[in-house]
Amino acid sequence: MKNSLNRELPDQIMSDLNYRPFESTEIGHPEIQRTAPVVRVTTGNDKVTDDLEAVVKNNVHDGMTISFHHHFREGDFVFNRVMGIIMDLGIKDLTLAPSSLTNVMNDTVVKAINSGTVTHITSSGMRGSLGDAVSHGALKAPVIFRSHGGRARAIENGDIKIDVAFLGVPNADRLGNANGMYGDAVFGSLGYALMDAQYANKVVLLTDNLVSYPNTPASIKQTQVDYVVEVDKVGDPDKIGSGATRFTKDPKELKIAEMVNSVITNSQYFQDGFSFQTGSGGAALAVTRYLKESMVENHIKASFTLGGITSPMIDLLKEGLVDKVMDVQDFDKGAASSMADNKNQQEIDASWYADPDNKGAMVDQLDVVILSALEVDTNFNVNVMTGSDGVIRGAVGGHQDAATAKLTIICSPLVRGRNATVVKDVATVVTPGDSVDVVVTERGIAVNPKRQDLIDRFNQVPGMKLVSIADLQAEAEKIVGEPKPLEYTDRTVALVEYRDGTIIDQIKEVKD
Amino acid sequence: MTESKERLRRTMMFVPGNNPGMVKDAGIYGADSIMFDLEDAVSMTEKDAARDLVFEALHTVDYGDAELVVRINGLDTPYYQNDIKAMVKAGIDVIRLPKTESAEMIQQLEAEVVKAEEQFNLPVGSTHLMAAIESAKGVLNAPEIAAASDRMIGIALSAEDYTTDMKTHRYKDGRELEFARNMVLHAARAAGIAAFDTVFTNMDDVDGFKRETEYIHQLGYDGKSLVNPRQIPMVNAIYAPSKKEIKDAQNVIAAIEAAHQKGSGVISMNGQMVDRPVVLRAERVMRLAKASHLVDQEGNYIEK
Repeated sequence: MKNSLNRELPDQIMSDLNYRPFESTEIGHPEIQRTAPVVRVTTGNDKVTDDLEAVVKNNVHDGMTISFHHHFREGDFVFNRVMGIIMDLGIKDLTLAPSSLTNVMNDTVVKAINSGTVTHITSSGMRGSLGDAVSHGALKAPVIFRSHGGRARAIENGDIKIDVAFLGVPNADRLGNANGMYGDAVFGSLGYALMDAQYANKVVLLTDNLVSYPNTPASIKQTQVDYVVEVDKVGDPDKIGSGATRFTKDPKELKIAEMVNSVITNSQYFQDGFSFQTGSGGAALAVTRYLKESMVENHIKASFTLGGITSPMIDLLKEGLVDKVMDVQDFDKGAASSMADNKNQQEIDASWYADPDNKGAMVDQLDVVILSALEVDTNFNVNVMTGSDGVIRGAVGGHQDAATAKLTIICSPLVRGRNATVVKDVATVVTPGDSVDVVVTERGIAVNPKRQDLIDRFNQVPGMKLVSIADLQAEAEKIVGEPKPLEYTDRTVALVEYRDGTIIDQIKEVKD
Repeated sequence: MTESKERLRRTMMFVPGNNPGMVKDAGIYGADSIMFDLEDAVSMTEKDAARDLVFEALHTVDYGDAELVVRINGLDTPYYQNDIKAMVKAGIDVIRLPKTESAEMIQQLEAEVVKAEEQFNLPVGSTHLMAAIESAKGVLNAPEIAAASDRMIGIALSAEDYTTDMKTHRYKDGRELEFARNMVLHAARAAGIAAFDTVFTNMDDVDGFKRETEYIHQLGYDGKSLVNPRQIPMVNAIYAPSKKEIKDAQNVIAAIEAAHQKGSGVISMNGQMVDRPVVLRAERVMRLAKASHLVDQEGNYIEK
């Protein structure tokens, strides 16, 4: 079968997993039944233990779904520790449902797949040796990739039913009141983990910092927690995030950032009280630098910024250029540590952030978002998931969710090395072209023809030259040539959900 | 590639000739002139590779309207002749000779260029020249160097070697360069060619860069040599004419048109005669205004 983007989908798997093909970015007003966790009743005086093995043994069984968060990023000590115990206990056939998988987890997951411990995975993304293994057919069942908002939706409606969530925190009291703001392994917002804490049947906190009761502010509440496990260290502070994100010095990325800023400031959305989000790519991050200058120059302030937060964004908050930072995760120490001191840096959970099946998510209120891309095609579809070799090496992240903003700007160099970024057809569609408004490369700005209003506006701007997306594709091809088509086997190794739970694309096993 | 003695030359961006990524992307930053460097940026072992790379780039990459310049290796090096041959064959706009100290060096270069043009069946005279002044001798001979050939389009002060020759180094206030800057500028103006100021290498000192650029703009330099594309918008901002300058220039242009329509050789404005320097300045202001997107295609000022 094919979906509305003409992407071929595997009939048998679609029917076995009861999936519908992607139709449209419109969510509409369906009525949704949310689910609730099983609660083992206790007064809470028996939660603290240092025996992680016993907790795992007593709670994790064959065939269960377990989850983790990725807020420790590359400094995570929790995942490998817990998975090591699970493998040692010989537990099999687990579904792994973390908020995402970072590189530090790769080898453990590959081992767990090979030993039969993990047979199913749903994640925002994966990279490195794990992405390589999955793309080469290591798992029998297709991996399900979901956006951050999509995961929240799936947890709320029971598509993901977490049996046991193992959540590392930099502090907790004996009943499990915890936050991400204090301790050695501070990471700021617990945004993604809050979903697991609220909906998992069993919630196991791991902490290296047991504090006196009651611990406030309590992002995770004692009413949600079954165990508080004391461990030596939950994470390596130096690898959770760099001190402060620095802007790129790459002149090409800065040039792109400057062009993106020109798109924003010449749009109808650049007015007092506007809102914006920046992705984590080099050029996307650097936009903040130029946007700040434009905001000061034009006496414009933002009502909020959203999503993954970095130090430069906190600087805008401190300088009064932004009223609120709505923070689902923090990318560097500066952003992580400032949450404790700044009441206007509001922690939000993944549902509040981006879940489409909602009574209103923050992304629905977003004016401008700047996102990056591995590939974007002449229909404005974006791939942030598979590389030029067809191998999984990315994450959906909040890409699909934030792209619902009123002005969605994709920025990327036109070519990377010998690979074109603007192509005729992306290898994997993650974000549909319908939600993309402008593509900015160092060699030109292309506006989605559906946004004639923006085209008319930008044509009035002196010095702003618009090109068609087809021109950009042709120019890229002129520089790097036409690559040989990727070769895949017939096996589907992953499905990419759109944020509403329909299937936007499949990823196939690569042929070497 | 375009040629004109009267074109804008606000920015001459240095691009190491051995860096494929930078050579490929050199056209995206809006530099008025792009200078591919085969000399100091390229180590001995990469001289041939860099020459080949720049040669191929000149054939395959579209650099838009930018003036394309190559800094060849000096007369005293074994690469000099091959650099000239390859770049003339590639159809480079301008060859820049480093460490120029005399008019003879330019005349010698011209003879080599003529030979190459003839060898590759190119119109004799199509390759322009410029000189980099990098020593006390060069500064003192700048007037002769600037006038050494009809092919000369500009001279540039190169302060690093010059200050070493002068037994000093670069200071923040630039006073050590006062004489050289004025000498080079006067030599250029007397010969009717462009004058380029030296590079400013400390990318972290944005204020210092702006101060220096404002200063050389005030002196009358055409523009500045640059090591980083991020400096291009900063230079262009300083060279952008003010609203008043544009309005004045528009009035002069209107007066010229009025005089043409009347068939009068005398241009007058507000009852006063407009002489040639005023006309030339007005034309340059309008060129700068167009380049800075301050006027539309018809030359009307764009209100912000």
